[in-house]
Amino acid sequence: MIIELLVSAFILIGATFALIGSIGLLRLPDFYTRLHGPTKATTLGISGMLIASGLYFSTGSHDATSLHEILVLLFLFITAPVSAHLLVKAALHRRVYSVAKRPQVLARGQRAQAAVKEREHR
Amino acid sequence: MILTTTVQIALGMMTLALLLNLWRLMRGPDTSDRILALDTLYINTIALMVLIGIYFDRQAYFEIALILAMMGFVGTAALCKYQLRGDIIE
Repeated sequence: MIIELLVSAFILIGATFALIGSIGLLRLPDFYTRLHGPTKATTLGISGMLIASGLYFSTGSHDATSLHEILVLLFLFITAPVSAHLLVKAALHRRVYSVAKRPQVLARGQRAQAAVKEREHR
Repeated sequence: MILTTTVQIALGMMTLALLLNLWRLMRGPDTSDRILALDTLYINTIALMVLIGIYFDRQAYFEIALILAMMGFVGTAALCKYQLRGDIIE
């Protein structure tokens, strides 16, 4: 009974996070802010779901501890930041519209000058 | 009893999330937005598969979730690479 309540709580937490992430994807103003919603919230949502299912399949009438979930979780936790980084790299390369000011791209000489100026400033 | 109701509610919420992702996929002003929508779509589908696995009490759905996780990442990486370089394998 307690296990069932716990599993239900984790499922609800996971589904709520996933839904919030998707709402963020729909509602936020530009690509870079939109990236923020799903990459955080869905990872949390997935982890909630997977913890719930790990609990569910490890208890009750199921005979053994279930460890598949950890595999999926590990894989997602490794790949989510990588894919987010790739997405941002592609978007910056294509100069996708951004609400904030774009970081200034300097030529090589300018970059050296800026570094010197920053050092003096410090 | 509680679990069945909760899983049903959660299934509804995940379906709504998938619909919102689909909306962004169709509307997305830029290609990057569409790729991001696809990325979110596959992650939400993994959650949906895990939920269905609990609902039907079958462990076979994990295999689907695992394959989805791997293939989705490869797809996102390939699309980003294409956008970045104009080619996937150079």
